[in-house]
Amino acid sequence: MNITQLSVFLENKPGRLQHILKVLADRAINIQTLTIAEVSDFGILRMIVNKPDEAYAALKAEHVTCSRTDVLAVALEDTPGALYRLVDTFSKRSLNIEYMYAYTDRHGEHSIMIFRFDDVEAAKRALQEEGYTVMRRSDIHTE
Amino acid sequence: MFSPDLESMNPAKRKELQLERLRWSVRHAYERNAHYRKAFDAAGFHPDRLRTLDDLRRVPFLTKQEMRENSPYGLFAVPMKDVVRVHSSSGTTGNATVVGYTRNDIDLWSTLMARTIAAAGGSSEDVLQVAYGYGLFTGGLGAHYGGEKLGATVIPISGGNSDRQLMLLQDFGTTMLACTPSYAINLVDFASKHMPGFDFRKTRLRRGIFGAEPWTEAMRQEIETRMGIDAFDIYGLSEVIGPGVSCECSAKRGLHVFEDAFYVEIIDPDTGEVLPEGEQGEIVYTSLTKECCPVIRYRSRDITRLYREPCSCGRTLIKMDKVRGRSDDMLIIRGVNVFPSQIEALLMEIEGVEPHYQIVVDRRGALDDIEVRVEVEEAIFSDELKVMNALSEKIAARMRSILGISAKITLVEPSGIERSQGKAKRVIDKRHLN
Repeated sequence: MNITQLSVFLENKPGRLQHILKVLADRAINIQTLTIAEVSDFGILRMIVNKPDEAYAALKAEHVTCSRTDVLAVALEDTPGALYRLVDTFSKRSLNIEYMYAYTDRHGEHSIMIFRFDDVEAAKRALQEEGYTVMRRSDIHTE
Repeated sequence: MFSPDLESMNPAKRKELQLERLRWSVRHAYERNAHYRKAFDAAGFHPDRLRTLDDLRRVPFLTKQEMRENSPYGLFAVPMKDVVRVHSSSGTTGNATVVGYTRNDIDLWSTLMARTIAAAGGSSEDVLQVAYGYGLFTGGLGAHYGGEKLGATVIPISGGNSDRQLMLLQDFGTTMLACTPSYAINLVDFASKHMPGFDFRKTRLRRGIFGAEPWTEAMRQEIETRMGIDAFDIYGLSEVIGPGVSCECSAKRGLHVFEDAFYVEIIDPDTGEVLPEGEQGEIVYTSLTKECCPVIRYRSRDITRLYREPCSCGRTLIKMDKVRGRSDDMLIIRGVNVFPSQIEALLMEIEGVEPHYQIVVDRRGALDDIEVRVEVEEAIFSDELKVMNALSEKIAARMRSILGISAKITLVEPSGIERSQGKAKRVIDKRHLN
């Protein structure tokens, strides 16, 4: 089982992000990391939360347009060149990264990289062949 | 057929009947109503001069403006003691117009609606859920009286309250639904969002009669597929009588006009000249038997076409096309005529886009700006920006190639667009051109 990212459609207007955050806060759902990709009128909020299915159901009930996306999470040593070597794995195999973002784990020793690929399984195989540990669902999600 | 003798009448015989009734109607209006008398006199027309149907062309038009000016009772042609009901148009622009009915008018209207329901395959076996609004609006009571006249079982639930609509539809064994097409789609959406176990195919619903606003073939297909029913277009306007002016039959190819009750002409909206059969223009109505509010050459502003063709249903009544739009609703954007219904059809064609949209027209400097706001449902949502951008570009490109206008496409959150329970508010025109 892969990591589930929650993707939310947001109009670029005051209060829209806040509304989403309130829905999650009211249900005590924790956000590990988030990123927003935006154009002038709207944005796409991408989040990793501890309980993605519960968060999805809660947002749906509020008529928020959202979806669940399979992503890969990899824990990297926080050292120079680590990300370069990781991305090289994908380049060698012509695997295109749709987008990526990162956060630091609780202990501050590792960077957790989140990757979105068209072909998640191919990317996963590539990482395993190069000896990387792909994070499991239970490492991040609690449901 | 509810009235087979009138609906499948020999066309030459029908013309004789129309002429006889038209002469009565024009004389009735002239002798019993001051406005008509004044208008006919001013145009130098006297009812004695009406010898053929074509002589009607010498009679002046009745405009919506004149109707408003004579509101509420100025166009009545009977004493108030004979008026048993009034209705009023929704009055989307300016003042509402008021129409009255005698007992005979109500009977005529009920019969026309019974004919409409029967043309859609309804019978006394049907359970008819009337989800048009009841009240001053003619939709609810029109369908109600028609259903009763036919002998169907009528559920007078009126509009709105979607969860209750769906519960009754299931529990009362509704076989036929009457509402606006946008409300039908609203009901399907509501069921899929809030009632996960609800399956229209497991209900007894088989057909629906939808009207009171222009709608497209694409909307028909969506309603038919998602509800698992046959959807029929019904048409009418309160100024003429309400619903029951024309309706589709089993062929679903054009709407039969009830010519024994209404005489119809197509005119050029700019010159007022009567156009030959088959040409598109503004449809003009003359009532043939109405007592309280006879309408003589009423300019509807509705744009359509009239034509005759043999119909598989056996009716010999003239057909009109689905109304493309009102000449009032028609938007002129940088000189291009655009009907909201065209934009709707285009959105429906692009896979997955549900027809929840709004058109905003504004003027910046000397140029018109058109913005189409499209709601993003999960079906068309992607976590990738490039996919979302491609969607707006595709809509914009289709509008350019099909309608010839450049529009700004804005993707908005669901229900960010005002959605009424009845008629959807599709257009916001901020230009204040008048």
